Amino acid sequence: MSGFAQNTFNGLVSGAFYALLALGLAVIFGMLRVVNFAHGAFYMLGAFGAYVLLTEAGVPFWAALVIMPVGLGLLGMALERAVIHRLTRLDPLYNFLLTFGLTLILQDLVKLRYGVQSSPYATPSLLSGTVNFGLFDFPTYRVFILGFAVLLCVAVWWVLTRTRIGMVVRAATERPDLTRAFGIDVGRWVTPVFGFGIGLAGLAGVLAAPMRAVNPLMGADLIIVVFAVVVIGGLGSIFGSVAAGFGIGLVQAWGEAYLSNFPIVSQTIVFVVMAVVLLWRPAGLFGREEAPA
Amino acid sequence: MLRIENLSAWYGEAQVLRDVSLEVAAGEVVTLVGRNGAGKSTLLRCVMGLHPGQRGTVELDGRDVGKLPAHKRARLGLGWVPDDRGSYATLTVTENLTLPPTVGPDPWSLERVYEAFPALYTRRDSAATMLSGGEQQMLALARVLRMGARLLLCDEPTEGLSPLLVQQVGDLLREAKRHGVTVLLVEQNLHFATGVADRHYLLAEGRVAEAMDNSEVRSRERELLAYLGI
Ligand SMILES: Nc1ncnc2c1ncn2[C@@H]1O[C@H](COP(=O)(O)OP(=O)(O)OP(=O)(O)O)[C@@H](O)[C@H]1O
Ligand SMILES: [Mg+2]
Repeated sequence: MSGFAQNTFNGLVSGAFYALLALGLAVIFGMLRVVNFAHGAFYMLGAFGAYVLLTEAGVPFWAALVIMPVGLGLLGMALERAVIHRLTRLDPLYNFLLTFGLTLILQDLVKLRYGVQSSPYATPSLLSGTVNFGLFDFPTYRVFILGFAVLLCVAVWWVLTRTRIGMVVRAATERPDLTRAFGIDVGRWVTPVFGFGIGLAGLAGVLAAPMRAVNPLMGADLIIVVFAVVVIGGLGSIFGSVAAGFGIGLVQAWGEAYLSNFPIVSQTIVFVVMAVVLLWRPAGLFGREEAPA
Repeated sequence: MLRIENLSAWYGEAQVLRDVSLEVAAGEVVTLVGRNGAGKSTLLRCVMGLHPGQRGTVELDGRDVGKLPAHKRARLGLGWVPDDRGSYATLTVTENLTLPPTVGPDPWSLERVYEAFPALYTRRDSAATMLSGGEQQMLALARVLRMGARLLLCDEPTEGLSPLLVQQVGDLLREAKRHGVTVLLVEQNLHFATGVADRHYLLAEGRVAEAMDNSEVRSRERELLAYLGI
């Protein structure tokens, strides 16, 4: 029983990262109809930024948790204004070329300066050690990640469903042209939403730093699974991305624990799930077919 | 109020509007009739500023709005009832109604909307796309009334409605007209059209083929119905 609880807990913790990254991809895709292949690179920059801030300027984890998302969010907004916005009305191939190219540039810039080896990042002292909820000893830092990610997802959900800004974002995501015809300047929301999505990726990166190896390719490895998550949840579906994020975290953890005798299955389980979901629901679990206008 | 001059529109290479010129005076209700595919919906989209491939002049209150983006045109008082009703699946009925800002001097309050449309009130917290087709048409009309739009662009608002609801749409349009609202109405139901409108344009193969008044439409009803293929 305690083994199962532990696997479930670890699955939810990885799921928290998937959810935060997929959420950002979903809001960006919803508002811009751009698939941001560079999302993993911003996650990596979040972790690397925290590492550099700590080692070269002594900036602690808690400050990095604010500085990196805000800084990367602003960088994202600048990139949106400079290049990303040109993608609307271009062939989707350019979307891929631009954001994938951006990934390579960002990765190589970091490699150039810091090499490819992984750097350790100490867990903040406040969150070191373990807590015991009866079943087993949970690493405090992972409990923090899970709680923090859940809170963040709930906050985003609240803003999206309960505020006027959220209503406008939902409307513009579902039917951009129609929303403009109702007097709403959809374009004004595009840049901040892109920055917000990038900021979330940066935040996930800072959270990952004490737990995962900080290296230039950490985002590239993760993002493949995140794209599977986004596809399973339904491209552009906010709720779907979060639910599928946690769900895939669980599936992966359970698969590794209970199907370890079948490495082929446990290593590919995410993509098997994705294939099954797509056969059953081509628009993803919570996705809808595109409406006109 | 609205003046269109030499408006042409394309979908890719295919031209669907050819030098259309028409005018709607303030306070008038004018219909646009024409066969399926004549370009009626496209014309409304051009007025809204949503059709990328267009050339010609669109004037509102004497001001050329050709360069204005859709949201700025809406804020000048345009209210669009699109042919597919424009219901948002991710918004509740109330949110569908309150999404657009008010754009005219005489917007309906939400209370007034719900008094006039009790069916919408009972479903106010449902997703708009869960409503019946008729209810969604009512929602689309209620939305532009709540905006207080001065010029309504209604794309077949009676299509598929029961006779009772068709009558309610007619009553609403006549009431709007009494309050000085201008309407450009795409309509295939000639009987309904002559009941609410002052004048009519017949659009054929992307051109204004004829301009008619009510008595002319009534006297030529058989011929027109045969032409429209209804
Ligand atoms: N998205 C599109 N892409 C290409 N062609 C289109 C598109 N939408 C409409 N058309 C074509 O443009 C022409 C005019 O279409 P439009 O919808 O304006 O006609 P309509 O008069 O509103 O017809 P209906 O009575 O069926 O609503 C038609 O021939 C139609 O096939
Ligand atoms: Mg039409």
